Amino acid sequence: MNISRTQVHGWLLLMPAAIFLIAFTYYPAVVTLGKSFFSQGTALRPSEFVGLENFQYMFDDDVFWQVVRNNVIYAAGTIPISIALAILMAVWVNGKLRFKSLTRMCYFTPTILPMIAVANIWLFFYTPEIGLLDQVSRVFGFGSHNWLGDPDTVLGCIIAVTIWKEAGFFMIFYLAALQTLPPELEEAAHLEGASRWYYFRRVMFPLLMPTTLFVLINAIINSFKLVDQLFILTKGGPDNASSLLLYYIYEVAFSFLDQAYASTLTVVLLIALAFIAVGQFFLLDKKVHYR
Amino acid sequence: MFKKIKTRVASVVAATVISIGAALPAFAVELTMYYPVAVGGALTKIVDGLVADFQKENPDIKVNAIYAGNYNDARIKALAALKSGQPAQLSVMFSIDTYELIEQDAIVAFDDVAKSSEDKAWLKSFYPALMENGQTQGKTWGIPFQRSTIVMYYNKDAFRAAGLDPENPPATWDQLVAAGKKLTKKTGGNVDQWGMMIPSTGYPYWMFGALTMQNDQVLMNSDGNQTYFDKPATVDALQFWKDLGEKHGVMPSGTIEWGTLRQNFLEEKTAIMWHSTGNLTTVKNNAKFDFGVAMLPANKRRGTPTGGGNFYLFKQSSDEEKAAALKLIKFLTQPERTAEWSIKTGYLGTRADAYETGALKSYVKEFPPAAVARDQLEFATAELSTYQTGRVRKLLDDAIQAALTGGKSPKDALTDAQKQADRLLKRYR
Repeated sequence: MNISRTQVHGWLLLMPAAIFLIAFTYYPAVVTLGKSFFSQGTALRPSEFVGLENFQYMFDDDVFWQVVRNNVIYAAGTIPISIALAILMAVWVNGKLRFKSLTRMCYFTPTILPMIAVANIWLFFYTPEIGLLDQVSRVFGFGSHNWLGDPDTVLGCIIAVTIWKEAGFFMIFYLAALQTLPPELEEAAHLEGASRWYYFRRVMFPLLMPTTLFVLINAIINSFKLVDQLFILTKGGPDNASSLLLYYIYEVAFSFLDQAYASTLTVVLLIALAFIAVGQFFLLDKKVHYR
Repeated sequence: MFKKIKTRVASVVAATVISIGAALPAFAVELTMYYPVAVGGALTKIVDGLVADFQKENPDIKVNAIYAGNYNDARIKALAALKSGQPAQLSVMFSIDTYELIEQDAIVAFDDVAKSSEDKAWLKSFYPALMENGQTQGKTWGIPFQRSTIVMYYNKDAFRAAGLDPENPPATWDQLVAAGKKLTKKTGGNVDQWGMMIPSTGYPYWMFGALTMQNDQVLMNSDGNQTYFDKPATVDALQFWKDLGEKHGVMPSGTIEWGTLRQNFLEEKTAIMWHSTGNLTTVKNNAKFDFGVAMLPANKRRGTPTGGGNFYLFKQSSDEEKAAALKLIKFLTQPERTAEWSIKTGYLGTRADAYETGALKSYVKEFPPAAVARDQLEFATAELSTYQTGRVRKLLDDAIQAALTGGKSPKDALTDAQKQADRLLKRYR
């Protein structure tokens, strides 16, 4: 026996995590990949190997391309704004403020509320005639608008809900990062006569870069992962105008009961996310200043 | 040492087997039944009560009635139980799941189990319109249980204010438009009260089934392998729906949210709404104005699709279990039980003789809107249901929404949907 005691120890220590990772992450991922090459089986028509047929179908699937387009818009709409808002709020509640804790709590509240409950509230904000948005706009003399019923505004409405939900969460990371910044830097900048904007741009923001990278990765993953609000607000409609990739996968798997095609879509989503994550680490890592 | 453990284990096993054996005669058959609740409320308690009554009469049958979420969840759970080898013997599932369940080879036809002449008479005792969704290939696969239709709710106070007769709700499309114009109230460019609203999210295909039926056109054949989305009467029906918003201005244009529509009606932002009978009790309890319930209006004829859940029998069960399951279903669909169920839930009484029972008779007398859905059954048709039903339904939903929001003309949208539905259904013909 040439396995040393330490090696056995090491494996034993790894085991709990490894078992769960394999059971709930790697094994399902591999099975999903496998399923994407088979047709959907029913009791009367057993599943058979079809090669790339599912992928072929995907390329011809107009709805798939629309949800991809929607998802890109959704990501481009939510990520920069929620990060910018998060920094702004963090800087604001990090300063000298009278009701600092209260303000911090207010900004963080959306994060702890369950998305389904939140969506139910927003549903009544957006509802024409009786919704908050319409009631406010009526005071200013504007007519009512069918926010969720108009394909031109529906995605924007979903984006707004997501930003509202996410910005507070990202703020916490920035707040933590800001508190590790040595106060001497600000004092020095102040003595040198740098403006607050200059200090933010040349000192604070670069020092926050590691946090920004972390938040950015989270934001991108969330933009593919966060679809709970769709179940309540729009169910992807009207005419798929607000459907996102993961919601479409859910629909295919549990409404159309087509596990094969759902697997195919999942594989594509996994590959896209893997590329984004790898790209971020390699490209942005060079620009990040770690202390 | 090992021997000792072995004998001990053996004795424990033997004891268990004996005790199970001793307990068995009490329940000759054990049944598992999944059922969904789509409208919330105390439905689970009512089902438990009915099941308890059944067990009192049949002490040799044990029934595990398991609440399984909404219709979608119930189907997924029942099919998952089937795959895991611990199947249910019967379940209540969406009436439109028939083709899916046949394709999964999950269910048996009632004709193959209910063979006595008494059973055959029982099969014929339900309203024919409620049987449609459960019948294909010349056999009956689903028995109606929690069923509904679409009805027209209208605000009688608003009718009076607009100079309309509150006891004479619109009975044709033309009357509907005319009444809608009178009921739509504006100040300046803003609408304070709309004439009517038909919801177009959630279940647009269901509402559309009513409009097409009123135009004397069904949406699919009874084999579930052919849709009629591009027929001229179908296109006309969608054009009419779109015109209500865009041409006649009696309904907001764009899509109308299913989930908030009831609130719109209760806050008097719309004078008329089309909605499920399942809302009747909530509207009754919350409306601060005088409201009425009427049948949907006619164009060439009256029409509405049915909706709701049916009983299904599962294939993977012994003959004994099937017989017991049939017994349970027959018990739950007795006229008296049906009447009790209908009064407590607001669902339809599924058979004519239920409305002859004393309980339901006096309830209808006291609260006439409860009878509207029944009277409308005469004009009802099946809810959209085909093979690949989820996909086909979504094709139609998308087409309706595309037309209502102006993305496509009704004709183009429906022609495209038909083309894609043909592609999906070709292999079932």
